Amino acid sequence: MSTTPAAAEFKKEAAVITRDLRHRAVIRGALKKYEVVRDDKKARFQNWQQARYLASDIKWDAVNHLDTYLAEFAKNLEARGGKVHWASDAAQAREIILGIVKEKNAKAIVKSKVMTGEEIHINEALEEAGYEVVESDLGEYICQLRKEAPYHFVFPAMHLTRGEISQTFTKELGSAPTNSPEELTMIARRVLREKYIKADIGISGANFAIAETGMISITENEGNARLTCALPKTHIALMGIEKLLPKLSDLALFLPMLGTAGCGQLLTGYNTMYGGPKQPGEADGPEEFHVVLLDNRRTDLLASSEQRDALQCMRCGACLNVCPIYKNIGGHTYGTTYQGPIGSVITPHLRNLQEFKHLVFCSSLCGACTEACPVKIDLHHHLLQSRRDAIAEKAVWWERLTFKACAVIFNHAWVFSLGEKLGRIGQIFHPLIKNTPLDPARAWTASRELPKVAPQTFREWWSHRK
Amino acid sequence: MNDQREQLLTRVRKALEVPAEKPAGHHDQASEPRIAGKHAATEWLPLVGPSFEERLALYAKNAKELTADFRFIQGGIPALVAELQEIAKTEGWTGVATHAGELTEAAAGALGLPVVRTECGYDVDALEKCSAGITACEALVAQTGSVLVTSRSSGGRALSVLPPHHVVVARREQIVADMTEAYALLASRYSESGYPSMISFISGPSRTGDIERILVLGAHGPKRLTVLCI
Repeated sequence: MSTTPAAAEFKKEAAVITRDLRHRAVIRGALKKYEVVRDDKKARFQNWQQARYLASDIKWDAVNHLDTYLAEFAKNLEARGGKVHWASDAAQAREIILGIVKEKNAKAIVKSKVMTGEEIHINEALEEAGYEVVESDLGEYICQLRKEAPYHFVFPAMHLTRGEISQTFTKELGSAPTNSPEELTMIARRVLREKYIKADIGISGANFAIAETGMISITENEGNARLTCALPKTHIALMGIEKLLPKLSDLALFLPMLGTAGCGQLLTGYNTMYGGPKQPGEADGPEEFHVVLLDNRRTDLLASSEQRDALQCMRCGACLNVCPIYKNIGGHTYGTTYQGPIGSVITPHLRNLQEFKHLVFCSSLCGACTEACPVKIDLHHHLLQSRRDAIAEKAVWWERLTFKACAVIFNHAWVFSLGEKLGRIGQIFHPLIKNTPLDPARAWTASRELPKVAPQTFREWWSHRK
Repeated sequence: MNDQREQLLTRVRKALEVPAEKPAGHHDQASEPRIAGKHAATEWLPLVGPSFEERLALYAKNAKELTADFRFIQGGIPALVAELQEIAKTEGWTGVATHAGELTEAAAGALGLPVVRTECGYDVDALEKCSAGITACEALVAQTGSVLVTSRSSGGRALSVLPPHHVVVARREQIVADMTEAYALLASRYSESGYPSMISFISGPSRTGDIERILVLGAHGPKRLTVLCI
């Protein structure tokens, strides 16, 4: 058997959480609201499907000329006084960011949402070096206070009820318990306002980067990224190399598509492009602007002849929201930075296929993710391809044996009918061992009923019918 | 640093040597055939009517949906000033912040309140204490109900996001049809002389749905967004 620790943990947690009806109700409730608004906004497009084709084409072009666009982006940003850093892996990226923080002699750091930050564990690295880091996105802030990973890369605190959030605030911030989402938001607003004003460094992510103008683009609702990029003296943006788009005007398409697919808003509250530090004649803004471009094995995915299109992903989360697996096992069970179908596709490439192959098998292959993807990534076929690759690389002996046995059974009618007869007799005695360690069908019977074997098979009926 | 750059770009180039076809296995390929020959986003994004009245009506509808307070004012600057004085009185403003500009100066100056100006540097605490930030904008986008601001047109980065109430003063000619037109406008204004360091589409007041997906306004930025258009 080749169960990795990651797979064992995944199985254990999934078994618990799929039976948790409260968890299921919270997730279904949150996602129902999303579905309604998303469908409303999609319907406003003159043609959503054609917009997907166009978005997919632009991203495909960007990914296939990534070297040119990265160089162009860096050249244009540097011309405007920005600094571009190139990080091959997580360790290099952490080193670069820590280097800037040390050089600036920073005391307080405020962060807006950055998933690549989760990927390279930047908070842990900064805290270990003795710096205070505060997440400013409300959902991320709640997760940070609870010392939890984000549950969803767009809605980080989707799994929590207001009661649980109130308890967290009371415990960590000493605020009075309240049942109102508005009051809870205002508590966080008051605490975080002070942090922005005090912070020397703001760290953000980027949803897109524009080669033509050397800008990054950040999509958000709360205004926390706006403040993170306005008040601190130094702004560091960390992003994966796949975020490139050729032209500034491409955003006319991508911003509405990201908003619609991601959270059912035609445009989210703030869609902001940053091109460099404060320019001559401007009122405010950081004195220094650093962009850290992160590879961290994205080039391995780029070198995949079948799955290169997975780099088109703009992390809208639409595939998570429609995935029957995600809806049942939730975001934490994956144990990865990127959850859901896209996470299951890219994690084996970014980390290790054998270690994370359980994720590519954990899919009903219903294709809802592929249908939802605004940039038309062929998600469910990629899961199938990775299954094939995982087995080709390292076959599991008992699976191979099982399939060989099946081939014998299905190729010989007499063996098949013998099996049917044995099944009919066996099921009489099955209740004696049902759901005990002796039960060969235990994996099934632990949570489901076995279907009854019919008293007569079709072939028996056919031969006796005269 | 140059080494790291070359290493990374070399890896990218090497990966791109692997031939890759775009997957064509989508099951909706047959049912939703691609319409050939049309490649502009405008063809597929939400439709905007050609006349000024249609754009105005669409902007008003979208702004309302975003819980922004959009007022189209007849009667020029005096009427705009009167409208703003009314808002200041109802909300009990104690101070405002603004930046240089014909409309912004006329509006902020007429309130008889202390004014923080951002264009030549300002004190962050003083800006934070202002009841409202009054800014101009680059454009109003009918398609999405957004206000397009830049660090050049709207008094920097913080003015439109730090005070609890953001008031935008605009002229009717500033309403553009859609996102494509908004980007074309930015290009015509700045592609030669250099873009501002911040460009932002603001769509409604600051909001969050992070607690049980319930909408709450004023998460970090303004709790209210008012657009006064003459």
